[in-house]
Amino acid sequence: MSLTQAEWQIIGFTLAACALSTLVILPFGLAVAWPLARYRWPGKLLVETLVTLPLVLPPVATGLLLLKFFSRRGLLGQFLHKQLGIDVVFTWRAVVVAAAVMSFPLLVRSVRVGFQSVNQRFEHIARTLGAGDARVFFTVTLPLASRGIVAGVVLAFARAVGEFGATIVVAGNIPGKTTTLSLEIFETVQLGHDASAYRLLIVSVIIAFGAVWLSEALMKKSAL
Amino acid sequence: MKLEIRELSLRLEQFTLELDVDLQNARTGIFGPSGSGKTSLLETIAGLRKPETARIRLDNCLFEDTEQAYSLPVRLRRIGYVPQDDSLFPHLSVRRNLLYGTNGKSKHDTFSFDHVIGFLKIGSLLARDVRSLSRGENQRIVIARALLSAPRLLLLDEPLTALDASLKETILQQLRSLHHEFGIPMLYVTHDPVEANDICEEILILESGRLLSRGNPRELLG
Repeated sequence: MSLTQAEWQIIGFTLAACALSTLVILPFGLAVAWPLARYRWPGKLLVETLVTLPLVLPPVATGLLLLKFFSRRGLLGQFLHKQLGIDVVFTWRAVVVAAAVMSFPLLVRSVRVGFQSVNQRFEHIARTLGAGDARVFFTVTLPLASRGIVAGVVLAFARAVGEFGATIVVAGNIPGKTTTLSLEIFETVQLGHDASAYRLLIVSVIIAFGAVWLSEALMKKSAL
Repeated sequence: MKLEIRELSLRLEQFTLELDVDLQNARTGIFGPSGSGKTSLLETIAGLRKPETARIRLDNCLFEDTEQAYSLPVRLRRIGYVPQDDSLFPHLSVRRNLLYGTNGKSKHDTFSFDHVIGFLKIGSLLARDVRSLSRGENQRIVIARALLSAPRLLLLDEPLTALDASLKETILQQLRSLHHEFGIPMLYVTHDPVEANDICEEILILESGRLLSRGNPRELLG
């Protein structure tokens, strides 16, 4: 099986966009999952619902919302275009945004479970040993929650690679610009280019397999 | 040492822990059956539980005064806490566990790494994985970690539970000489009269959150 140059470009672009989206949502995922896991506060249910929404909304509907939000007349799109000269819709940025929004719920869910699994006794002991909140979080909580965090990162990345509905609405399928693996598989099937579709299918399976294998290996390594 | 615990009231599931005492002995035991509030008392002194009312002071350092809505953060209390359950950080090596409270450097000659390690005879355990330690080894590392943070007060919560007799005796010997070696006062929670007799100059007997009596362990426990 040999891939064409265009297929290599699509694979490289997809992996880079998905890695970037996962990297971008990681700090936000940690920041949202932490209070959800540890505290009771007014509005918690609302935040939980909003975070889960992309998981249950039709992806195309999420894409449409993003289109409205990031278009040049949209709430954020207008600001980005006028103040910073940045366009999002129908660019590579839209691919990253769609992947980030669609994979965010999976990241938060997994990280939240990770934080919940940490025995708070260890955090208490760290405090008696003179550690402040930040030190306790970075040296005790975060490492002990690492299995959930790693699992969340891998799940989010895999979900981003498979993203289709929201991406096609907000980023389109512009060859060499916004075409991802999923969009290209759809396109080649539509056009009857079965050989290319199957090559990309195999690549998708390899990426998915690799992601899960890596996650398992990392989790075993950090197993407590 | 003078530990003042005034008007302490801490609501627990079965009862309210109520205490009003001054402790001045270097080795004081908190004695009583399981579920009498011993661990909750230690956790309150350490700052890990928030009492309904209390004024707690160790020498010149105010820990808690609910009337003034004051609570000294746990990290600033300088309490060496040895809990009943396993408490070594499972993701850190034995050495890094020991150094956690020192920030990598010794704060005081008395509590230097070599002195503490030599005193507790745990030098051979430094390279071991935390998960491979026996219960007795684990407890000695926890005590050493607490000592290395140069505490003002050591709180020991049934540290010898589930240890076999010979190991218990070895650690008891170390605990007996600990005050002499490091000059740290300790509160020692136990429900074992032998341990209380062996280690403590004075004991407080708790039952259902109330102080039943206090005094010499030999007189009270026989």
